[in-house]
Amino acid sequence: MENTQVLNIGQEPEKQPEVDISKIIPINRQTLADKVRAYLNKPFSMVLMILVLLAAVVTAATVIFIVVYTLVQGLPNLKGSLFAWEYNSDNVSMMPAIINTLFLAVMTLVIAVPISVFAAIFMVEYAKSTNIFVKIVRMAAETLSGIPSIVFGIFGMIFFVELLDWGYSMLAGIFTMVLMVLPLIMRTTEEALLAVPDSFREGSFALGAGKLRTIFVIILPSAMSGIISGIILALGRVVGETAALIYTGGSSRKLATGFMQSGETLSLHMYFLANEGLHVGESWATAVILILLVLIINGAAEFVGNKLKKEY
Amino acid sequence: MTEETMQGEQAVKRQIKVDPKELSMKIVFIIAAVVFIAAVVIICVFIFVQAFPALREIGLFNFLFSSEWNPDINDTGHGEYGIAAMIVGSCYITAGALIVGVPIGFLTAIFMARYCPKPLYKVMKPMTNILAGIPSIVYGYFGVRVIVPFIRDNIGGYGFSILSASIVLGIMILPTIISVSENAIRAVPKSYYEGAVALGATKERAILRTEVPAAKSGIVTSIILGLGRVIGETMAVVMLCGNQVQFPDSLLDGVRTMTANIVLELGYTSYGSVHRGALIATAAVLFVFILIITLLVSLIRKKAK
Repeated sequence: MENTQVLNIGQEPEKQPEVDISKIIPINRQTLADKVRAYLNKPFSMVLMILVLLAAVVTAATVIFIVVYTLVQGLPNLKGSLFAWEYNSDNVSMMPAIINTLFLAVMTLVIAVPISVFAAIFMVEYAKSTNIFVKIVRMAAETLSGIPSIVFGIFGMIFFVELLDWGYSMLAGIFTMVLMVLPLIMRTTEEALLAVPDSFREGSFALGAGKLRTIFVIILPSAMSGIISGIILALGRVVGETAALIYTGGSSRKLATGFMQSGETLSLHMYFLANEGLHVGESWATAVILILLVLIINGAAEFVGNKLKKEY
Repeated sequence: MTEETMQGEQAVKRQIKVDPKELSMKIVFIIAAVVFIAAVVIICVFIFVQAFPALREIGLFNFLFSSEWNPDINDTGHGEYGIAAMIVGSCYITAGALIVGVPIGFLTAIFMARYCPKPLYKVMKPMTNILAGIPSIVYGYFGVRVIVPFIRDNIGGYGFSILSASIVLGIMILPTIISVSENAIRAVPKSYYEGAVALGATKERAILRTEVPAAKSGIVTSIILGLGRVIGETMAVVMLCGNQVQFPDSLLDGVRTMTANIVLELGYTSYGSVHRGALIATAAVLFVFILIITLLVSLIRKKAK
């Protein structure tokens, strides 16, 4: 490199002096020894860091322990007879309960989804957030999501089972569960609708579409992934629910073949098995199926929420 | 939807006639929203109206402050219905679960928000989600088969106790506390942390003294949400708490909670009996607890804004 360089104004120098980056020693880099020394000087920080790490390890260990223990106890007990079509006290088959669960869950969603999605559409697309009516609806939804499942159960019993005289039946169970999942689906749908940018609505209006057309053709498809993941979460909630169904859906071990028949769901089946205490292995096996079912459902919700989500 | 879009839309509305289809669908949407209000009102009215005759017979004071619970199955008027011991039982187990769950959950939330390297986070987050997804009946069974024998063999008592219920419920509220607190800590502007570190604070001091106070409302909300979940929890509790109606002397004694009381006895009651009414009144008390909690959460949220 020449010592005297002709200065070309407005032009980059063709060659910059080469610097070996690896030889630069950053003054803010800490080695492990530095870190340890710093922590030894500050006992408060060290204790806190250790506690934080410990808590994380405890949480992780708890999850792993519960899941692995259940699998270890349950998997060897997963026998073909547990999935026989007919229940009897020898095979304690969970097949009728699984089918009852799916039937109840699907029917619950069929009723709950339109109501909560429509309500969410009203809350997001039609009403101003300062509206008193909207505030009341929001408060109602929050209260509804806080009510313990046993209170839903006792309400379902006095209202659906006795007052409407449906008896212990699928129908009573379905309507009780509808009340439970309404706020869940509404909240996720609201979030999904709010995530759709306003430019979509403006564009649609500008092209001459009416409000209704905008909602059903533009906004709902854009928000679909969020809505579906909310629906799947609700499905998981129904599958895992026990307390609200004991005194509404009833405890018949048979397959419910109609809306007015009583039938137990899988979690209820497991409760009775566990309480009898005679079928320890079978109870663990039922627990495995229950956990797997809920985990698959929740995983699907997350998958749908993440993978199908469009970035705007 | 922003105000601007609203205004533009109203201007358009004035010029075009309202399509009957649009109007009818709007009414459908409103009705769907009304369903929510109707549901809450109906549940409230039914629980309280059905509880009222029994409460009048028992006396509200007796019901809340007597600990004699001797239900009269045949409804001949000789039953004693006092849920004081169950309210105390619910409180003990709630406190126990919070003592187990809050410190671990809070510290794990700090870990997730500020310590966890990204690859580890991708494992930790689904794990806490798994914890949230496990049905309460499975927690209950796990407690009965693992925690209860462990306590019976190593600490003493029958095992079905406040302690075992608290441990299991503490685990159950972990995901709620972790995720809500973590979001609250993440929402604190990065500059708080940077400022504290620039002034010479260690990472831990910066987190605990600047970020945590800033995220206080979210963390308190997470604890109250966990509290609501514990008070309302039924299936896991009924399998673990021992279900004796008594004031406990130690952590190893069994208690009965309000939720357990309802589940255990509702099946034996007949329509219109005082016993049934007393159980519905128990649900009403539970309902009032939850209403207070919901109110608290919304108050905190409003204050935080």
